[in-house]
Amino acid sequence: MNAAPREFRSEELLADVIARLIGDVRHVAVGNASPIPATAALLARERGHGRPYVSLLQSRKHNFFTDGARELFDCAGQGRIDVFFLSGGQIDGQGNVNLVSTGDYAHPKVRFPGSFGSAYLYYVVPKVILFRVEHSRRTLVPQVDFISAPGTSSPEVYRPGGPIALVTNRCLFSFAAGRFTLASVHPGHTVAEVIEHTGFEFERPETVPETPAPSPKTLKLLRETVAPQLAEVYPQFAAQVFGISVPSPERGRVRVGVAWRY
Amino acid sequence: MSAPLQSLDDALTLITDGCLLVVPREVSGVPMAATRALIRRGVKRLHLVALPTSSLQADLLIGAGCVETLETSAVSLGEFGPAPRFTAAITSGAIKMKDATCPALHAALQAAEKGVPFMPLRGLIGSDVLAYRDDWKVIDSPFGNSDPIVLLPAIRPDVALIHAPMADRFGNIWIGRQRELATMAHAAVRAVATVEKIHDGNLLDDPVLAAGTLPGFYVESIAVAERGAWPLGLPDHYGVDAEHLAEYARMAATAEGFAEYLERYVYERRAA
Repeated sequence: MNAAPREFRSEELLADVIARLIGDVRHVAVGNASPIPATAALLARERGHGRPYVSLLQSRKHNFFTDGARELFDCAGQGRIDVFFLSGGQIDGQGNVNLVSTGDYAHPKVRFPGSFGSAYLYYVVPKVILFRVEHSRRTLVPQVDFISAPGTSSPEVYRPGGPIALVTNRCLFSFAAGRFTLASVHPGHTVAEVIEHTGFEFERPETVPETPAPSPKTLKLLRETVAPQLAEVYPQFAAQVFGISVPSPERGRVRVGVAWRY
Repeated sequence: MSAPLQSLDDALTLITDGCLLVVPREVSGVPMAATRALIRRGVKRLHLVALPTSSLQADLLIGAGCVETLETSAVSLGEFGPAPRFTAAITSGAIKMKDATCPALHAALQAAEKGVPFMPLRGLIGSDVLAYRDDWKVIDSPFGNSDPIVLLPAIRPDVALIHAPMADRFGNIWIGRQRELATMAHAAVRAVATVEKIHDGNLLDDPVLAAGTLPGFYVESIAVAERGAWPLGLPDHYGVDAEHLAEYARMAATAEGFAEYLERYVYERRAA
């Protein structure tokens, strides 16, 4: 597959992919350090003319919670959050995510920040979209070293939620019945490359489609309408990807997240 | 009857060695001036609970050797990368870590707020977060039919330490939308606050302000600390000092650099 001439950035493609996964829902919440999912959620809201509600947890503007940090989790427990995003230092073929450490838990080789809300939200939010830009054998592993949250649960465990997909810089996997299936490969990438860089086994159809490129209409929405809103929470990301500079009163008002590093 | 306004050091005397201390997440009004004062005083063996996550505050306290046990859901410097002293302390085994998940900490504090011994929570079953917590239990819901659910023991901190925009002379503290600060103060035996400024009059007299006010009833001591969350931000008041945090991330990457940071920004009293 030849690298098509790029009129869009990979972040724009990924945001478009995620916006389609979000679908027609009432409420999307985005946690820490997730600029691309936040872009996608705001894009979905623009396309839906104000639906879904979008809660960016680090935003003052795009966040309606008034009852403290617990309100998000109480909301989710009641089924009032339809879509959430999780990442991980490691993600395995069963959909387990690891946000804690590699090696032995008592004597870790690498320590990540911690599980955040994953050990709860993965169970109660109906559509959890896994997102990890770095698609490699160290991130996508046969078995995680620590289960912050499991991909599936036994039938007696209360679990209305769980993973529906995994988005990386190379491809989109769907998730069902405890397994990932290769759903599409992004322009400029190949199935062989995905196999080479994935540490877990996955299903794939005879012919794997290419991920559709974002339409001119989508790119216009992203660049002109979404990007300025994003700049409040992710000023560096908005500047790097969309060339948006942040008005000084807003600058630094909230913490900016960043992708996993290790 | 009113909570006494005190100097910063005096207000912090309640936070003693070995104390169970709860502090708020990185965006809620983190008492950083108070944190530096505690490090200068050399507080030891803290059991630190960060509700539900932390950034610079936990990293500083850990690096300065003030923490014996840390209970939280995550520590990182966000866009500035991993929290270096936290990471080093975990990999070297210097502190005891009680890994949690955000809603579990909220729920455990809420149990203390209500004066009940535990709180049930969904999720967790099948995770290693639960597997490594021998203080958490799974029961079959007495109201369900084969419905396993996790019980979390109440967390009743000795002290809640918060930073807020303002207090009045009656000890009432205006926290605005940061309601988790109220949960912390309700749950803890005592609450200690630093504030940006003193409000003339009684916060409870104005119904608009009263809705965002933590009553002085819960508050043991208050000190004024202008820009007391620096270099972190205070919601709707001032933002994070990104340059400083980047400098911290650079310096704290090594033990020597961290020692130099303490020397420059903590032990040497600054105007800021």
